[in-house]
Amino acid sequence: MIRSLSWNDILFFLDALRWTVLLAAIACTCGGVLGLGVALARVARSRSLRTAAATYIQIVQGTPVLMLLFLSYYGLSLFGYDLPPMVAAGVSMTIYVSGYLGDIWRGSIQSVPKQQWEASESLAMTRRQQYQYVILPQAVRISLPPTVGFMVQVVKNSSIASIIGFVELAKAGQLINNVTFQPFRVFLIVAALYFCICYPLSYCSRRLERKSHA
Amino acid sequence: MPEIMVNDIHKSFGAIKVLKGTSLSVESGQVVALIGRSGSGKSTMLRCINGLETIDSGSMTVAGHALDANPKHLRALRTDVGIVFQSYNLFPHLTVGENIMLAPTIVKKAKRSEARKAAEEALKLVGLSEKFDAYPDMLSGGQQQRVAIARSLAMKPRVMLFDEVTSALDPELTQEVLTVMETLARKGMTMVLVTHEMAFARRVANTTVFMHQGKIWEAGPSQDLFANPKTPEMRQFLSADVK
Repeated sequence: MIRSLSWNDILFFLDALRWTVLLAAIACTCGGVLGLGVALARVARSRSLRTAAATYIQIVQGTPVLMLLFLSYYGLSLFGYDLPPMVAAGVSMTIYVSGYLGDIWRGSIQSVPKQQWEASESLAMTRRQQYQYVILPQAVRISLPPTVGFMVQVVKNSSIASIIGFVELAKAGQLINNVTFQPFRVFLIVAALYFCICYPLSYCSRRLERKSHA
Repeated sequence: MPEIMVNDIHKSFGAIKVLKGTSLSVESGQVVALIGRSGSGKSTMLRCINGLETIDSGSMTVAGHALDANPKHLRALRTDVGIVFQSYNLFPHLTVGENIMLAPTIVKKAKRSEARKAAEEALKLVGLSEKFDAYPDMLSGGQQQRVAIARSLAMKPRVMLFDEVTSALDPELTQEVLTVMETLARKGMTMVLVTHEMAFARRVANTTVFMHQGKIWEAGPSQDLFANPKTPEMRQFLSADVK
């Protein structure tokens, strides 16, 4: 039975938005930690570490995120791991994010001028101190625009989790549209809610960039 | 024992031999100027002295540290040997004060109050006390170079190396940097400088070393060397200098 949009639908959207934000936050946090490891391995002195990290990046970037999602949700169930949709989506998005952020941050680290390495080396700093006090603070500033741009993509791409039955914002839009048949209104609300998440991210990034002196 | 002892060092970059058996001895408090054409090996020699380039053969002892490839030994050497580069290489995300205090606090484990005091003293010496809280991009090239000198001095080195530190500066800014270096020389700092400022080398350096084709071609007291160059290569090099 077709019915009109109600206040309850708005609450349903807000609840779904919570799951979108949570999934994106898990993906960016866990993917960020893993991605930092990948980036550092990608610029490590050890050749085998560099090769392993490069291979990981190639595999992740060469695989559609949908396949990663299917592999974690259906693939792992073959081995007896019956993951809930939220966990499967979190794992696959984490892998996806780490592959891209690892590469973005690798590029940012390598963009710090070589002279900065030399200057810090000549001041008797260890490799760890060079990274901690000189290289990473500058690399973070360089990486801010592409990182935030990618995080906005992650928020929007989280909609892919709806395929395995995870009710996030896009899936909620589909469900409400099925009962109201008011696609323009429904998806306008969905788009506005996505914008409310993505715009502050971009705004904060611009402010941070202006504040930093790197 | 000399503060810097370089014995028959060789260095190649691929097939290009840059240093072909170079030896040098620098006593404590001495100022040595390395001059020569571009590509003669001056900067490579200087960078070898603080281990930024590894030598292929030969041996070196600097400020009591025998140079080898061990990272710990290299770091110990670098706490006693400061180097200032042509392109300043200040850390752009840190203020002037933080640039100077960073290495003493994290490398030498100095207390922040001590590091701050040393930073203020070093800044006073280079005439930039009022710039403690400024960021590098707010300073002129000459001021940035003076901060770079202060940053090295804050580590209280026994030896200072200068690699064409005025090459990127206009004559006015060059003069302010040279004045700081002259002050250091007068205070008895052991210094080795690669420079194209012939008048400065002649006036301030005790010894001038002319490098040519990866070798020390001529060396001696600066006044004598500039007044009576013995080799045609050095004569030709000096005649090209318009100062």
